[in-house]
Amino acid sequence: MKGGSNLEKILTKGEFAVTGELGPPKGNDVEAVKKKAGMLKGYVDAVNITDNQTAVVRMSSISASAICLQEGLEPVMQMVCRDRNRIAMQSDIFGATALGISNMLCLSGDHQNFGNQANGKNVFDIDSIQLINTVKRLRDEKKLLDSDEEIEGEVKMFIGAAANPFAEPYEYRPYRLKKKVEAGVDFIQTQCIYDMKMFKEWMKVVRDLGLHEKCYILAGVTPLKSGGMTKYMANNVPGIIIPDEIIKRMTSAPKGEGAKEGIKLCCEQIQELREIEGVHGIHLMAIEWEHRAGEIVEQAGLLPRPKVD
Amino acid sequence: MIVADRKPIEDIKEMLTPYKKILMVGCGTCVSVCMAGGEKEVGVLASELRMIDKMENKNWEITETTIQRQCEREYIEPLEEKFKEADIVLSMACGVGVQYMVEVFPEKIVLPALNTTFYGTTVSEGEWEERCAGCGECVLHLTLGVCPVARCSKGLYNGPCGGTDMGKCEVSKELDCAWYLIHNRMKDLGKIEMMGTFIKPRSWKQSLNGGPRKRVREDLKK
Ligand code: SF4
Ligand code: SF4
Repeated sequence: MKGGSNLEKILTKGEFAVTGELGPPKGNDVEAVKKKAGMLKGYVDAVNITDNQTAVVRMSSISASAICLQEGLEPVMQMVCRDRNRIAMQSDIFGATALGISNMLCLSGDHQNFGNQANGKNVFDIDSIQLINTVKRLRDEKKLLDSDEEIEGEVKMFIGAAANPFAEPYEYRPYRLKKKVEAGVDFIQTQCIYDMKMFKEWMKVVRDLGLHEKCYILAGVTPLKSGGMTKYMANNVPGIIIPDEIIKRMTSAPKGEGAKEGIKLCCEQIQELREIEGVHGIHLMAIEWEHRAGEIVEQAGLLPRPKVD
Repeated sequence: MIVADRKPIEDIKEMLTPYKKILMVGCGTCVSVCMAGGEKEVGVLASELRMIDKMENKNWEITETTIQRQCEREYIEPLEEKFKEADIVLSMACGVGVQYMVEVFPEKIVLPALNTTFYGTTVSEGEWEERCAGCGECVLHLTLGVCPVARCSKGLYNGPCGGTDMGKCEVSKELDCAWYLIHNRMKDLGKIEMMGTFIKPRSWKQSLNGGPRKRVREDLKK
């Protein structure tokens, strides 16, 4: 075992995994974290705790992860390269593992221009692939970056990263995943998938490169809440492609039925993704829709979640 | 070249308000090429200031001059007389010029009229872009001539991130994604395998993070 987490055990047993996503509050409201954790517990194997996503200041990923652990929900602590240098990152990894966190996701992070601290300075001392490699070194060699001194204790971490099959240059994206695998990633979660054809093409190259045997791939899904949201995402969110037939299906849903249609569509997508060779699970990003995550997992036939130990 | 931008006239006005005899010094090199602080721009700013002086009775006496380079002593020293007569000096050079004039004439205060922005080039008439951040350890051989430090918004060494959109950077549709350019160059030049090479974390000691930098060539020292 690399991190010894529930998620890792499920994946190594060959079970189809489900991860969710939880955005910490824009403040220190513990109850808000507990409430969201309560909505997801039992429906997902682990939950990503975002790290100041879209560069909006929120409760730290490490603290919200620790609260989730207390609530009995396993966290995947996200860590972005935007806000910390290598000293802070490695120190936080020591801290996180000391608190019992055993999954993490290494990300570049959205640029601070997007958020509520646009005048801030960014760090980007190392990038996301270098971070993967740094965590692996801490775990497998017990050494800090650039140092041969042995660390005290053990860093048990199941290392994750993101992959976006829908960002340009498309032909390079599977090779970028290869680079992450070589850097030491154990699992990846993809950007949300709407264009199945494109995702299948990406997966084919991934399989040809043998990457599905070297890391676990969790396919990203996000339920669409309405026709309006669908159009907004299609036009405004970089790195997301929504095919016209989905836009049409969502915008032509009867008034008040958009959410229902979105959930139905999401479940169909999950079924389709399960059939793809090399997909080891799904990553359900029901952002600010945590209360409906359980319903989606249930409708998709993914309950009960397997118990491993 | 070093590219700069003139400060807003309001800011310059505020800086100059306490003074009477103003010496404006332009620089004939980089900032002249990027049309921010050469002889012509000195003239334009001087006439704007004279207008303000007339309308707001500032009692300013403005002298204009432009030297070849404000980053070299030999060009600055001949200004001695002019410096003596002035209450204040307004430099239209980059930050290096402002500081070097202070070093040559420490008894005077020199104010910056420009915001020094980047090392770049003229991409088309009236448009300049950043190309280098002086990071101290050039990797252009690894990226085939497109700088990931100065031109990727996140300074990624193993890009592109997931935010690239139609060849543009997630930060702005006005910015080319540096890693998209790097990828295309590698592809066009038949070196696509370079995109698969993991670039390890670098040392930032050679950049500003190691403290202010200094270059010494023992063989040239007297
Ligand atoms: S890698 Fe460093 S030295 Fe080379 S162009 Fe970029 S910033 Fe300048
Ligand atoms: S979109 Fe391209 S230039 Fe912008 S941060 Fe990402 S990799 Fe860098």
